[in-house]
Parts: sequence; C-alpha cells; structure tokens
Amino acid sequence: MADIDLIGLFFHFLLLWFLAIGGPSTIFPGVHRYIVDVHHLLTNAQFAELYTLAQVAPGPNAMYVTLIGWHLAGWKGVIATTIPLLVPALTLTLLVGHLNERYPNAPIARAIRRGLMPITIGLVFASATILMRTVNHNGYGYLITFATVAVILRKSWNPLWLFAGGALVGLAGLV
Amino acid sequence: MTTKSRPGESGEASVGALRSPVVAEMGRQTAKSKTAARPTATRWELFIAFSRISLSSFGGAIFWARRELVERRRWLGEREFVDIFTLGQLLPGPNVLNLTVIVGHRFAGWSGALAGVAGFLGWPCLVVIGMGLLYQRYGSLPQAQHALAGMSSVAAGLLLATVIKLATVLPRHWRPWLFGLLAFAAVGILRWPLFWAIGALAPAAIFFAWREQE
Repeated sequence: MADIDLIGLFFHFLLLWFLAIGGPSTIFPGVHRYIVDVHHLLTNAQFAELYTLAQVAPGPNAMYVTLIGWHLAGWKGVIATTIPLLVPALTLTLLVGHLNERYPNAPIARAIRRGLMPITIGLVFASATILMRTVNHNGYGYLITFATVAVILRKSWNPLWLFAGGALVGLAGLV
Repeated sequence: MTTKSRPGESGEASVGALRSPVVAEMGRQTAKSKTAARPTATRWELFIAFSRISLSSFGGAIFWARRELVERRRWLGEREFVDIFTLGQLLPGPNVLNLTVIVGHRFAGWSGALAGVAGFLGWPCLVVIGMGLLYQRYGSLPQAQHALAGMSSVAAGLLLATVIKLATVLPRHWRPWLFGLLAFAAVGILRWPLFWAIGALAPAAIFFAWREQE
C-alpha cells in the first residue's frame, strides 16, 4: 500500500480527464487499465465493487475515482484522484464557455462536435463491454445486465430499484 | 413550464430590441451584460442550489439540474439551459460539473464557480468516503460480496443502456458509425491506451466532419 506512486497517479488521471469528452464513461477503460492491468493496485473484482458502490451514491457517477482513491491511500488518495477531475472544468470549460458566448455558431465548433460524437459513443460502448466482462462470471450475471438494459430502455424507473433487485439476486447466491 | 421561462426571455428580447436585428438574434448572449434584465444569484445561493441538485441526483444529475435551475429558481431559460448543457457534454469531464462551472461563473465569477463546484462535488465526496469506510470494514463479508456482485451486473446494464440511447442520435451514414466502431475496437478489444486511440481517430473524424460542412 505504501509504495503507491500518488504523483504518477495524479498526472495520469489529469491526462485522462482532459480526454474525457462526452463524460466520465469515456475514460473508464483508461482508469481500469491503469489501476488494474498496468499497476495492479486493485483486482478486477475490487475495481468492479468500488465502481458499483459509487453508482449507488448521489451525485455524478464519476465519483468512483474518489472512492478508489480513498480505498488506496485515504485522504491523499482522494486528492490524487479527485483534483484531476476538476482541472478541465475549471480551465478549459471556462475558456470555451467564454469563447462560445462570443462566437456561438463557429463552424469549427460544429465540426468538432460532429466529429467527436461517434468516437465518444464508441468509447462508452467499450467501457460497457469491459465492465460487463469484468463483473459477470456466469449466465445469471449476463441475464441481470441484459434485463437492466431492457428495463431502462422501456421504463423510466429510478435505477436504485434495479440495484436493489440486483442485490437480492446476488444475495440469493446466483451470481 | 413554458410560461415559467417566459419572464426571463421577454426581458432578454427587450434588451435585444434596443440593438440591431443581428445583435437581437444573439440577444441571449449580449443580455448577459444587462444585469437588470437577468436573475441574480449569490455565492451562497449557488452553493445551496448545486448541493440540492447533487444530493437528489441518483443515477444522473441532468434531470435535477434542469428542475432546480430552470423550473424552481428560474436562473436560466429553457434554451439557455440546453445550450449550456450541450457545451458541457462536448467538453471533457462530468457534463453537469461543466454546467455547474459555467452557471456559477456567469452569476458570481470565479468564486461563484467554486461555490457551485463545492456544493455539487463536496457532498458526494463525503458520501463516497463513508461508503469506502463501510467497504473496508464489511466489504469482505460473503453477504456483501454477493449483493455487490448482483449490483455490479446492474451497473454494467445501465452503462450499456446509455450507449444504446446515445447511438440513436448518430446520423444514418456509414462514416460516423465507422469511427464509432474503430474507437470501440481500439479500446474495447485491442485495449489500446485511451490517449493513442483518441489521438489517432479524433483528427481524422473532425477533418471529415469539417469537409462535409463545406
């Protein structure tokens, strides 16, 4: 635990958050790769559990990085993983927000938006499949995942009910 | 809902009408300087408003942000809200965090942006740390492991459903779908680092989108 390179973690997360076009789901594969595959700070299962816990908390779903930071190194870990999330918002967003108010219909802005949108969607799809393979170990797991998809696409239920349902199926020892 | 946003919009329109038609078209932006026509908010109000949004938002903050900022406090008109949110989606980072920064800055400058961010991220930070404490103490119990395993499968389903919803807005043209598939394959199958995948694909995608416009 003591040999975690928090400075390296900080700068890697900083780079990742500047790439997080379209939201936190875009960089999920990058966070997973750094924490689990490259530096072995958490096992696949631990990573999935912390991610899931944070999804049940209020607020933006990016907070799983804060939870991972806390789990790895307490308050220092929280700082190393959470401050990078704020930096693009407090620099780039303010700058672009200002430019956008001045030049609302610049063609380059439209081209960037239309060009990046499909890449963002492809990256979120990659996140979904990586998470799906990380968390599901048998047919029941995949069944829960696809049942969730079906419910979300058809009903406007609060996702917390689905989490409660998933917890019950899990407690029954099926997954 | 539409009647609620009308006072702000008519105020902006009257400011725009004093200027040339072209400026009136952009009245939304220029009206910003005429504080008399716009609602105001202090740092404390920003902190409270974004705390409320944050603490009510389970599974997506955007619904609650609209309710608080447009319907309840009427700080933003309907169109303004959509504009700012779209911008927040395009920029890196959590979408509603970007919206928080823009709204906070518009009403109270730098300290307003920080007050909004403190409200929006401070509480979830504390909740998540509380969860971390519980996880460290009880996370290895078999019951907790089983419940979390079931919940994780739900979390994967939520993300997958989000992608399907997002993909419905893609144009019916082969090029965007090709770029989407390449991004998926590079990161999801080949497991390239994100930096290289985006670095390789983004310039080409923006170039083609730019050329298509002309």
